[in-house]
Amino acid sequence: MIMKTWMMAALAASAMMSATAVHAGPTLDKVKARGSVVCGASQGTVGFGAPDDKGYWKGLDVETCRAVAVAIFGDKDKAEFVPLSGQQRIPALQTGEIDILPRTLTWTLQRDANGINFTTPTYYEFTGFMVAKSSGVTKVEDMTGASVCVQTGSTTEVVVNDVSTRLKLELNPVVFDNVAATRQAFFSGRCDALITDASALASVRATQSTNADDYVIFPANKYMDALTPAVRHGDDQWLDIVNWSIQALLNAELYGITQANIDEMMSSDDPRVKRFLGVEPGNGKALGLDDKFAYNIVKQLGNYGEMFDRNVGANSPLKIERGPNRLFSDGGLMFPLTFQ
Amino acid sequence: MSTLNMDAVGALPNPSLPPRRTRKSFVQLLFGDLVSACLTVAVGALLLSMVPVLNWAVFDAIWTTNDPAACSQGGACWAFIVAKFRFIIFGTYPPDEQWRPLLVMGIILAMILGSLSPRLWGARLIYLWVFAVVVMLVLMAGGVFGLEPVSTSKWGGLPITLLLALLSLGLGFPFAIFLALGRRSNLPIARMLSVLTIELVRGLPLVGLLFVASILLPLLLPAGWSIDKLGRTLAALTIFAAAYLAEVIRGGLQGVPSGQVEAAKALGIPGWKAVAHIVLPQALQKVIPPLTNTAIVMVKNTSLVLIVGVFDMLSASRVAATDPMWPAPFVESYVFVALIYFVICFGISHYARWLESRVQARSYR
Repeated sequence: MIMKTWMMAALAASAMMSATAVHAGPTLDKVKARGSVVCGASQGTVGFGAPDDKGYWKGLDVETCRAVAVAIFGDKDKAEFVPLSGQQRIPALQTGEIDILPRTLTWTLQRDANGINFTTPTYYEFTGFMVAKSSGVTKVEDMTGASVCVQTGSTTEVVVNDVSTRLKLELNPVVFDNVAATRQAFFSGRCDALITDASALASVRATQSTNADDYVIFPANKYMDALTPAVRHGDDQWLDIVNWSIQALLNAELYGITQANIDEMMSSDDPRVKRFLGVEPGNGKALGLDDKFAYNIVKQLGNYGEMFDRNVGANSPLKIERGPNRLFSDGGLMFPLTFQ
Repeated sequence: MSTLNMDAVGALPNPSLPPRRTRKSFVQLLFGDLVSACLTVAVGALLLSMVPVLNWAVFDAIWTTNDPAACSQGGACWAFIVAKFRFIIFGTYPPDEQWRPLLVMGIILAMILGSLSPRLWGARLIYLWVFAVVVMLVLMAGGVFGLEPVSTSKWGGLPITLLLALLSLGLGFPFAIFLALGRRSNLPIARMLSVLTIELVRGLPLVGLLFVASILLPLLLPAGWSIDKLGRTLAALTIFAAAYLAEVIRGGLQGVPSGQVEAAKALGIPGWKAVAHIVLPQALQKVIPPLTNTAIVMVKNTSLVLIVGVFDMLSASRVAATDPMWPAPFVESYVFVALIYFVICFGISHYARWLESRVQARSYR
C-alpha cells in the first residue's frame, strides 16, 4: 500500500513517467493490446542492432524481433526497440519492460536457470584471431611466439592464456585497457595478431583497415557461443511464437524460398512448402497466429540467409562469412525443425 | 598589477579626469622579468606543439564529402559530423516528427531567455514554467491533439540532455529546499530524515543510483507495475540533484544572521512566512556561485545516462561513430559533443556571473 502511494506520488511528480499495468496473462494478449512488440536492443552494435541515420533500427537481432512483429501483426514496423546496457537486459525482460530479448545474448546455464527461457540460436559466435595475410599464418598452431593485442578484463584475455598454454605457443599478450587502443595498436604493427569476438573482428577489418583483404580471421579455439533471443519464464505460447518465427526464417532458406520468389512458390506442389506458406492451413492456428505468418515473414524480411547477408554477411560492410551459421545442409549448425 | 594601481592612484590629481595608465611595452610585458620570460617561452612551446592538432582540426580536415572513404586521409573528418548531425542531435526520434523536439528546444531556449532577468521572477513565472514543461512533454510524447505517439524509448539526443538537466534541477530544487530546512530544523524526526537522505544520496555515486533506478527498482516494484525507463532515470537524477542542492542551500541558510529571524518573530511574522520571505531570499542570494556549480555538474552528469541505455546526445554520437561506412571518427564526434556541452555550461556560468554582480550591486545600493 505504501509502495502504491509512493508510486502515485512519483507519477504526479513527473508526467514523463507512464505507468502500464503488466497483465499476468499471456504475453500475446498484452502485445496485441499494445499494438507492437517491444524488444531489448543493444546500445549500438553495427550488424546486430543499431539505429541508422534516420533512427531506424537495423541488424540481425533487430530483424529477429521484426520477424515476430510480422508473425503477429503482419507488419515489420510494429516492433519497438529499447536500448539496454549489458547489465540491464535480463532484468528488463524479467520485469516485463520488454517482450523479447534479442541482444547478442549467449545461451548459458546460469541465465537459463535464473528466470529466462532461450528460444532458437540466431548466430553462432567464436573467439577469433586476426593476422596480416602477408604473415602466412592461417591457423592457431602457426602462431608460435606471436604477440597478441588484447583488451584487459575481457574474456578473450583468458582465451589467449588458455590457447598459449595448451598448444605451447608462447604467445605474448600486449594488453590495452580500451577497445580503440587495442585496435589501433594492431593496425600500427604493435603486435602480430588481434584477438576478440570474430564478428567484432570482421567489423574492425571492414572499418579500420586500409585494405580489408590484407587480413585473415580464424578461430582461436574449438568453443563457440550460441547467441539466442530469450523470453520470460512462464509463457509457453509466447516462447512457441518466437521459436517458430525464427524457424520460419530458417525453413524458408532450406526450402529455397526467398523474398523475391515467394509468390511463385505459392503454387508449389511440395506439400511441405504448401504447409509452410499456409496454402494448406493449420500451422498458424496452432500457435494462435495467422496461417500466413511464415509467408508474411519471408515476404517482408526474406529468409535467414538473406537476412544474414544483408546485415552482417556479404552484402553488408561487415562481410562476415556464413561459417557455422550456414544451414546444416551446407555444413553449418543452423538446423530448421520440421515445420508442420 | 600592484605597481599599475599605485601609478594610477598617484596620477590622480583631478578625479574628473580618467585615470592615466602607464603602458608597458609588449616586449617588456612578455620578457620583463625572469618569470615572465620563462612563462612566455613555455606558452610558446605549448602553442608550437599544438600545430599538429591545428593541422588535423583545420588544414587537413575534410569538411564536406559524400564519400566516407575520402575521410581516411589523416585529417579530421568534419564531413562525418555534417552527415550525422541529425542523428547526434535528435537520436532515434522519428525524422518525420522531428519538428517536435526542435520546437521543444526552441521552447526551452525561449523560456530560459525569458527568465533571465530577476525582475520577472515570481509565482507567475513558475506557473509558466510548469505549463511549458507540460507542453514540452506532450509535444515529445504525442498521442493527443492528433500528434503521433512517440514512446520514450525513441526519444534521444540533445532534447533528452536538456530535458533531463532542466527537469532534474527544477524538480530537485523544491525538494532541496525542504531537505535543507529540515536539516536545520528543531524537529528531531524531520532533521534525521533530511540528514539520512542527504548523506545516503551523497554517499552513493550517481552511476550507482542510476543502476538502482534502472535495474533494482523495477524488480522491487509490486508485480503489475512498471515505470518508464526514462522516468526512472529522471527520478535518480532528481534525487541526486536534490541532495547536492540541499547542501548548497544549507550553506546559504547558515549565512543568514539569526537576528533576521528573531526580528521577524518580534514583529509577529509567522514562522513559515519569515522563512519564505526573509530567510530564503537572502540565503539563495549568497549561494549563487555554488548553485551554478551544481547546475553545471548536473548538465554534464546527464551524459552518464548512457550506461543505462538512455539515448542522450553522447550515446547517439557514440552510436553514430560506429557506422562502418565511416573510418571510426570517434574523436570528431566527441569533440563535437564536448563543444555543445561547453556552450551550454559556459552560458550558465556567464549568466551566473552577471546575476551575481547584479545582486551585489543591489545590496550595496
